[in-house]
Amino acid sequence: MSRRPFAPLRNLNAKIAAVPMIVTVLVVFVGCTLWTVLYSFTSSRSLPTLDFVGFDQYTRLFRTSRWTVSLKNLAIFGLLSLAFSLIIGFILAALMDQKIRFENTFRTIFLYPHALSFIVTGLVWQWILTPAYGVQKVVRDLGFETFSFPILTDGRFTIYAIVIAGLWQGTGLVMALMLAGLRNIDDEIWKAARVDGIPAWKTYLFIIIPMMRPVFITTLVIISAAIVKVYDLVVALTNGGPGISSEVPAKYVYDLMFSRGNLGQGLAASTIMLTTVLIILVPWALLEFRPRYRKGKIPK
Amino acid sequence: MNSSLSGAEPRGSRPKRFLSPASIMIYSILFIAAVYYLIPLYVMVMTSLKGMPEIRLGNIFSPPVEVTFQPWATAWNSACTGLYCEGIKVGFFNSMKILVPSVILSIIIASVNGYALANWRFKGSELFFTTLIFGAFIPYQVMLYPLVIITRNLGIFGTLTGVIVIHTIFGMPILTLLFRNYFVSLPPELFKAARVDGAGFWRIFLQIMLPMSLPIFVVAVILQVTGIWNDFLFGVIFAGTKNFPMTVQLNNIVNSTQGVKEYNVNMAATILTGAVPLLVYFFSGKYFVRGIAAGAVKG
Repeated sequence: MSRRPFAPLRNLNAKIAAVPMIVTVLVVFVGCTLWTVLYSFTSSRSLPTLDFVGFDQYTRLFRTSRWTVSLKNLAIFGLLSLAFSLIIGFILAALMDQKIRFENTFRTIFLYPHALSFIVTGLVWQWILTPAYGVQKVVRDLGFETFSFPILTDGRFTIYAIVIAGLWQGTGLVMALMLAGLRNIDDEIWKAARVDGIPAWKTYLFIIIPMMRPVFITTLVIISAAIVKVYDLVVALTNGGPGISSEVPAKYVYDLMFSRGNLGQGLAASTIMLTTVLIILVPWALLEFRPRYRKGKIPK
Repeated sequence: MNSSLSGAEPRGSRPKRFLSPASIMIYSILFIAAVYYLIPLYVMVMTSLKGMPEIRLGNIFSPPVEVTFQPWATAWNSACTGLYCEGIKVGFFNSMKILVPSVILSIIIASVNGYALANWRFKGSELFFTTLIFGAFIPYQVMLYPLVIITRNLGIFGTLTGVIVIHTIFGMPILTLLFRNYFVSLPPELFKAARVDGAGFWRIFLQIMLPMSLPIFVVAVILQVTGIWNDFLFGVIFAGTKNFPMTVQLNNIVNSTQGVKEYNVNMAATILTGAVPLLVYFFSGKYFVRGIAAGAVKG
């Protein structure tokens, strides 16, 4: 360039190309989030008003049994999903990593549920678990006539139906991420372990898994962020019922905002969801984006 | 057979013989897991091919005695969503009308944006990019209501345009990340040589970058087609009753309370809704895996 233009006009085309991103970041991600946090401190009901009431919405929220049940369900769903998807995902990945035949076939099978909508997953499992026709009836027809599997009809168990369906859909993804992590481990490690006569399971437990710490942490963050958002699966599988037994926070927010016209409660609940995500995200971000971070993240 | 996720060869201790005890155990576990993953698909297909009398009497795992395709026809043409009985086909065409423009628009915007962020950095561009990626982790519920107000004021709430704009916005973090990382990985000499020859922003993008980035566009298309097709939340809020996508119609058909439940029709409708992303998945193979490795961020 022969002449240097006025600073804001320099590199103008790139700035024009980035306008959608800048607008999205400022208006949606920053603007809308701040709006929600701000209005969660007001007495808004069916329409937003700027009548500030301090933490009133939050105290009321935590006195609502539907919300506390939602939180408890999210905790059960979250902990079980995390534990089982990490364990099963890692075991499947470790088995897939044994130079097996039909690796592509197995991977295709483990991963296809991930391509489906949560609505599809929810409805299929609703059908399989329906007491009158599903697993309970099949086992009774085999001769176990007192067998009872009321996972969709007894409120104490419904959240576990959601865990089962969620695991079916999500474990394949964990397997794929773990497999990528295992393939990034240097072959020399395996050779050295074999020379020293360390059995394979010990090598995994004491050498490979500690080496894959960054992969585990990244996977953990990814699943956790997805767990907090769980909504469609519950709508399709149980619609929160029977009663309020399988309600989750994301559904609570939607219902209060769009069906019940209680905006203040919906906004306070969504602010709690945001806080939960931040509690997971901030320590990870500080760890991951330190000036010199470790290798072994997900390959691009 | 051995193409793997990261392009490296499979590693780990090699079973010595094909039928050693260890490898028998490995294959048995993998086989049992595979059966578990396939059962829902199997049950869906079997149920959709049975008549209702057979479903009431029989076992969900048994194959149909008498195969019928009537449930498929009913699901497509005349299943009831509570108000109308026009079948899941309405949702299919609505989803198509949402999908095609959303995929095109979001990929155009994100590819140009990723290219600007990779090769034409400006003051603040990295800060915006970091915030964009963090935005991908914010639960949608936090931004829903303000977005309803904004789209309502723009006059696009409850329209196809509205839901397309929303998909474009929420597809932006992951797609921008995908394209930016890809353009950063290209040799910088290419870009510099084109600059020396006097090519500008758009010319370098259209004539040099685009022809080289077909694979990443394929990954982006797969990511967006499956993601947008499977969406429920944005469709139910922003599309308006007339434009409800297939997932919303499906849920209304199956979970609407009136009348006798026709499980075979429900399962046929469920398969039809899952068919589009499943076909994309089965035909795209490694591109899909690449997409989820990058797209995992979207959660």
